[in-house]
Amino acid sequence: MVTLGAVGVCLMPLLVLSIQLGTGQMGPDPAKRLMQGTGEWALRGLILVLLAAPLAKRGWPMLFRFRRVLGLSLFVYVSLHLLLFAQVYVGWSLTLLAEELKERPYVLVGFSAWLAMLPLALTSTDRARRWLGRRWRQLHRLIYPATVLAWLHVFWLVRSDVGEALLYGVIFAALLLWRVRRLQLRAR
Amino acid sequence: MKRRTYIDPTIASSDVTPESVFLNRRDLIKASTGGAAAALGLSTARSGLASAPAELSFKSDTEGALLEELTPYDDVTSYNNFYEFGTDKSDPVQHAHAMTTDPWTIKIGGLVNQPGELHLEDILSGFDLEERIYRFRCVEAWSMVVPWVGFPLAELLQRFDPKPEGRFVEFKTLYRRAEMRGTRSFTSIIDWPYREGLRMDEAMHPLTLMTVGLYGKTLPNQNGAPLRLIVPWKYGFKSIKSIVEINVTAKQPKTSWQTLQSSEYGFYANVNPEVDHPRWSQRFERRLPSSIFNPNRVPTLPFNGYEEQVASLYAGMDLRKFY
Repeated sequence: MVTLGAVGVCLMPLLVLSIQLGTGQMGPDPAKRLMQGTGEWALRGLILVLLAAPLAKRGWPMLFRFRRVLGLSLFVYVSLHLLLFAQVYVGWSLTLLAEELKERPYVLVGFSAWLAMLPLALTSTDRARRWLGRRWRQLHRLIYPATVLAWLHVFWLVRSDVGEALLYGVIFAALLLWRVRRLQLRAR
Repeated sequence: MKRRTYIDPTIASSDVTPESVFLNRRDLIKASTGGAAAALGLSTARSGLASAPAELSFKSDTEGALLEELTPYDDVTSYNNFYEFGTDKSDPVQHAHAMTTDPWTIKIGGLVNQPGELHLEDILSGFDLEERIYRFRCVEAWSMVVPWVGFPLAELLQRFDPKPEGRFVEFKTLYRRAEMRGTRSFTSIIDWPYREGLRMDEAMHPLTLMTVGLYGKTLPNQNGAPLRLIVPWKYGFKSIKSIVEINVTAKQPKTSWQTLQSSEYGFYANVNPEVDHPRWSQRFERRLPSSIFNPNRVPTLPFNGYEEQVASLYAGMDLRKFY
């Protein structure tokens, strides 16, 4: 029941975006707005996922308890982002897609981030976790390179105002550094 | 304050402002009062135009009207790139009302025999306005079809008599920090004021339009009120908005986007499906309004479909090099 509530919360942004789309509030170029919307919520989801552990260590386990729901929702937003790109920007043309991946590094980088998250989504069931044992944790460290790739994707897209990209950079850097520091402390 | 008015000896009595246009001036003044009201937060959200645009009198474009379906007025005036007011497409319609457009003075100088100033009223009354329905192609791969109202830039330049050594024309947008929130963003990397430029033959080309209106009315602030350039065969960023200064120069002027990222934005910026922006393809465009299930992707045409009229300007030039 509680999990269901968490799922509901995670899908709220998607609902809002759909309503805006359905009621014509997205203006003449909804494709662009939806690309932006799904991308931004994916980034926010990523922040929450990475925040789960540090918050749990400080006595606030709420996010940690729902990290599977959070992670899967994040993957849904990233996947929608990718599907939209295929539908609106390359029109499902494989030749165009190949060209985009080859010539535009930010597309390749974003796509790689999705690829890095794919095995995490696929192994999110209890069975997969039991089956993988120790390796499950190792596999799920893929979220760190995915974070770096996602940030690179955002930074590469900036046209003239770097503010937002820098803000995400600072947040991600802080969240990743926290982990590096913990590893160092544990090694001691 | 005494205002210097530019009096042009070449204006014939037949050119004297028709009453309808004169009355429109009144509307314009009224409209800008509306703008003040908007600035006080009395405007409405989506249709929150800076100042209620006033009707213009002009010669209709009956040929262009047959070309393609027009992009609706609401879309043309709510989906804009005007970074002085923010980088989001909806920032200009929300924030451009803060810009004062009356009084408005344009300084014309550089290599001209008769440098001087023009006031908006001189422009509205001193030139025959005509409608031009043009395709408008943004470098970001979306496009619109817009009925602009204006007059050829050539007519304006000729009044100031460019010197023969003047080979380029430079334009500058208003830069007023207090009224333009985008210019106050400390993470913005644009060096204000926004600048653009054309080669003299491009500037003199009959398609190049000094634009004062769209859809038969004066330009809303978010579309570059009160006076902007429209160069239909070039990417939209060449069509500089809210112009306050025009200089004729001997050397190719530095333009804003080129200065910022010369590998991505060239001086010419002619619409060219064969030369991609490094970060996206230019072969297709989304003709707005577009939707998710019907993205309205259409192939981009060389020179935005004006190849026949303008290709000769670039004869013998390598357009991959001079993008």
